Amino acid sequence: MTGMIRSWPLALTAAVIAVLVILPLLLPNFWIANILGRSIAYGIIALSLTFLATYGGFVSLAQTMIAGVAGYTIAILAPTAIPAGAGWSYGLAIPFAILMATLAGLIVGAIAVRTRGIYLLMITLALAVGFSLFVQSNVELFNGYEGIRNVVGPDVFGMPFRTPLVFYYVSLATAVLLYLGVMYLVRTPFGLVLQALRDNSRRAAALGYNTALHRIAAFGAAGFIAGCGGVLTCFYNIGISPGSVGMGATVNILIMSVIGGLGHPIGAFIGALIFTLIDTFAASIYDRDRFNTLIGLLFLVIVLASPDGVLGIGKKLAGLFRRKERSAEAAPVSPAQASPAQSEH
Amino acid sequence: MTFEMFVTVMMNGLTLGALYFIVASGFSLIFGLMRTVNMAHGTLYLIGAYLGYSVYDLTENWYYAIAAGMTAAAVFGAIMQVTLLGWMQGQELRQALVTIGLSIIVADQLLAHYGGLSLQFFPPDALFGATAFPIIERYPTFRLFQIGAAVAVGVALWLILNRTKLGLMIRAGVDDREMLAAMGVRVSLVAVVVFALGAALAGLGGVIGGSAQPFSQGTDVRFLLTSLVVVIVGGMGSIGGTAIGAIIVGMAEQWGQALFPTYSVIVTFVIMAAVLAVRPQGIMGRPS
Repeated sequence: MTGMIRSWPLALTAAVIAVLVILPLLLPNFWIANILGRSIAYGIIALSLTFLATYGGFVSLAQTMIAGVAGYTIAILAPTAIPAGAGWSYGLAIPFAILMATLAGLIVGAIAVRTRGIYLLMITLALAVGFSLFVQSNVELFNGYEGIRNVVGPDVFGMPFRTPLVFYYVSLATAVLLYLGVMYLVRTPFGLVLQALRDNSRRAAALGYNTALHRIAAFGAAGFIAGCGGVLTCFYNIGISPGSVGMGATVNILIMSVIGGLGHPIGAFIGALIFTLIDTFAASIYDRDRFNTLIGLLFLVIVLASPDGVLGIGKKLAGLFRRKERSAEAAPVSPAQASPAQSEH
Repeated sequence: MTFEMFVTVMMNGLTLGALYFIVASGFSLIFGLMRTVNMAHGTLYLIGAYLGYSVYDLTENWYYAIAAGMTAAAVFGAIMQVTLLGWMQGQELRQALVTIGLSIIVADQLLAHYGGLSLQFFPPDALFGATAFPIIERYPTFRLFQIGAAVAVGVALWLILNRTKLGLMIRAGVDDREMLAAMGVRVSLVAVVVFALGAALAGLGGVIGGSAQPFSQGTDVRFLLTSLVVVIVGGMGSIGGTAIGAIIVGMAEQWGQALFPTYSVIVTFVIMAAVLAVRPQGIMGRPS
């Protein structure tokens, strides 16, 4: 895993960010807001799942629900919301929403802490679906099936949040900070213990690390990330409804993470971009109404052909290329020498 | 709350639990015993309900619908196990992802074929209407039939697992798969049979559930959720645990709706969290 991080040098990251910053000068507004901006906002939610899966080994399906906790919190508190709620200012409501998402993450972590693997997936899925049924049936707080509309977001430098450029740059800045934050976090002692727990929790526990606390803290960090994504997607959708947290939405985030690849945090954004492109252009590929069949088939093909997603395919191709290069240099590589490079993934 | 109301809610919880038992016992069989992860269990329920409905529409015979629903779900389940899930045995996450992918595709195709409107079966005259019942005077016959069907399923499963050669092989496979294969048993074939059986139970639940209440898109998610919660609470792979889990969840839903209507879903999840905190393997589950 560390080898993989090193193979993504800072220069490449900086170059990609630079391109993303310049891109709005070249693209029409539709692409900026509805393809790139949307991919980045949903990619942040997917990032929280990828972070947990890659470094903790937890495939949590509760991340959409946690994003929904932030989304609903902000919708209930927002000054412009219909039906009107508490009417806080956005400056207070946004940090509070992210705090609530972090708490929700900690609670999910505490509930799921003693289980792992497939049980964790089942429990988090049950929590996610339960939450969507709850907000759907509760009218008092969550306005039931209709949800809460007109959550437009704050003005930034005097421009409405939903101006394509504003939405794009705020999402991009948030995503870059969170991405770098994740890359930093996994190299701190906390992140290293988390990976030790993933690889061998008994050994890490025997070394004296508190398994449960580290796991719950990881869910809290993922809750913070998902909360940021939840606030952004709530502004993007100008509100939130049970559909934003239901089974469909939950699976969409899972699809993004898996298509991109659960091997590295960047996979979340690659997967979100591919998902958004297919969602937008499905009409010209197949049939707009059968988008789910199309994305389901793609998901199935990816899971069957390359469990590591697009990143996995890319790495395999790169590996092939490298091996060819090496053999072209006439440097015979014995299987024993070649295997460490393979075992990295 | 009057005593009559108390009895009515208890009966509603019990009959709902009976339906949940039929569906979740199939899930428990497939995952708890064969270790095959099936996130498409709600989809199998919906396949049973819709294909049963097609036959019901043609023949106007409810019993044919039951047979068709069970067969359709069993065949689809067997195909899933043979073509996709069998060869990735042990890769639980991959199985989960594959079955989630399948459930998206199938749900979308069912929507394309049957449309989004709710459908419902009408049970035959013998099960329709109400029956005399102590204290509350009358109770819907079909709901009483649900209890009978659940008991029959439970007894049949117990007999299959404990009194037949197939059951012997299934239980041996739970304990030591390799050794069972070494003794000359075709474990992969046993897995297909178990999967088909579990899927047939989902299909049976689809037609029975579709007679008690309408079904439509989204019903699959509801029954997947219920199956998950029932086996998490009751414990994987135990028929008794599934029965206890199903009754607890059915009761929690009905009592929740009777006492605090808009917060009823939370009751179920508080119970789930409480069980996980005290016994992570479920009430009757074996510690892993």
